[in-house]
Amino acid sequence: MAIDKNSTGYTFIFSIAMVVVVGTALAFTALSLKDRQDANAADKKMMNILGAIGVSADRTNANALFAEYVVERVAIDLDGRQVSATSLAVDPKDKADPFSIDVKKDYRASIKSAVKAADGDEAALAAALSDKDLEFPLFRCVTDAGQNLYVIPVVGSGLWGPIWGYVALEDDMTTIFGANFDHKTETPGLGAEIKESFFTVKFKGKKLNKEGKALFSVLKGGAPTDENSVDGITGGTITSKGVDEMINRTLQVYLRYFESQTRAQR
Amino acid sequence: MSTETAVATVKKESLFSKKNRKLLVDPLDDSNPITVQVLGICSALAITVQLQQAVIMSLSVLFVMIGGNVIVSLLRNMIPDRIRIIVQLVVVASLVIIVDQVLKAFQPDISEKLSVFVGLIITNCIIMGRLEAFALANKPGPSFLDAIGNAMGYAWILLAVSIVREVFGSGAISLPGMGQVKFLPTEWFMSEGGFYENNNLMILPPMALITVGIIIWIQRSRNQALIEEN
Repeated sequence: MAIDKNSTGYTFIFSIAMVVVVGTALAFTALSLKDRQDANAADKKMMNILGAIGVSADRTNANALFAEYVVERVAIDLDGRQVSATSLAVDPKDKADPFSIDVKKDYRASIKSAVKAADGDEAALAAALSDKDLEFPLFRCVTDAGQNLYVIPVVGSGLWGPIWGYVALEDDMTTIFGANFDHKTETPGLGAEIKESFFTVKFKGKKLNKEGKALFSVLKGGAPTDENSVDGITGGTITSKGVDEMINRTLQVYLRYFESQTRAQR
Repeated sequence: MSTETAVATVKKESLFSKKNRKLLVDPLDDSNPITVQVLGICSALAITVQLQQAVIMSLSVLFVMIGGNVIVSLLRNMIPDRIRIIVQLVVVASLVIIVDQVLKAFQPDISEKLSVFVGLIITNCIIMGRLEAFALANKPGPSFLDAIGNAMGYAWILLAVSIVREVFGSGAISLPGMGQVKFLPTEWFMSEGGFYENNNLMILPPMALITVGIIIWIQRSRNQALIEEN
């Protein structure tokens, strides 16, 4: 039986069959590997959080060290009210666990466009985000020396794509204990340098300026810095601005939470 | 019945025949995809900073190459001519996605370092080139050998370049699953007050191009047949 393999009908049938077979195969692969991939992503997240408080972990001990240093995980809303808190072991499958809050997804889905539309206008941004039902995770850690540290995830936009990181604040909620950043596709040698230690080490010991116009500034290369700012990356101006923007925007939410906490203690 | 036995004998012969040995050996030297055809250069330059990345990349390309060549060869009489490039692309892309997913699950750190270059195997000219030039016109057996030959031709260049770059650029050698082994004592390094300093140029992309160039130079001085006449 001869089929004309160049006829339009055959071409359509061939394409449809191919798409079904390939789609099934890929869906099967993705589903069967998902658990392992999620576990890897959770390990990486723990390593980053531990990195912000100066504990270096690898994939083998990330879980154990995370359980040792991170004593409480809190979820807060945009107004700084506590939504939930837990000290139990991390369960990456539990959606209610503050550890599972996907800040990158939230940023992509709702915050990014709101930031762009508000164009620096804080009130407009707050109004745009108020009905989004966002939750922000906070990780309270205790170091070997007994010092209380608060690790805050930050997400923003660089020049080419997303940038993110973790900022650790000390007990006074003003001094930065440490920070680390990462990026998806920033220019190697320029914006991509935000993940290098020479940049992140500058944040250590700097303070948030709660009275000033900006909480914290990443300045354009070479400008004199004070205790509320660090020198940005030369040639990576837009990435540096992105770091500046994400820190200011995110920390404001957490400061509202810290303020309500200190008021409650009085 | 008769066709079946004919195929079987051809296959049996083919594994030992001179023609099919050529399929395996030629791409290692005479028609090497990187140094002679100058295909797949971008990934060869980008991921040869460490040996472990080059090993994983080579294995990934080997898998995609074999899978792609064999599948396209099996389908060669069924693929409509008008959409053959799309069909090849879909086959290669699916295999690459599988590789990417497996790496993310089992080798997350290396997967992170290779980042986009695993996805870019799809556009690796060697693979599409072999599918279009060989698998579409040949039986699965020879296509399988052709895939191994070309993938190995790609792999040995990658491994050679990455060994040179890692040894001189980082003073170390790394293999998947073993991590990086530094073979110089730390106190020899200048930062520790010693006399040795890694050559940072080796880590930068231009040095990969120069290393590949040196390999081409050595290859052509040994194999005069490769030198084109002006």
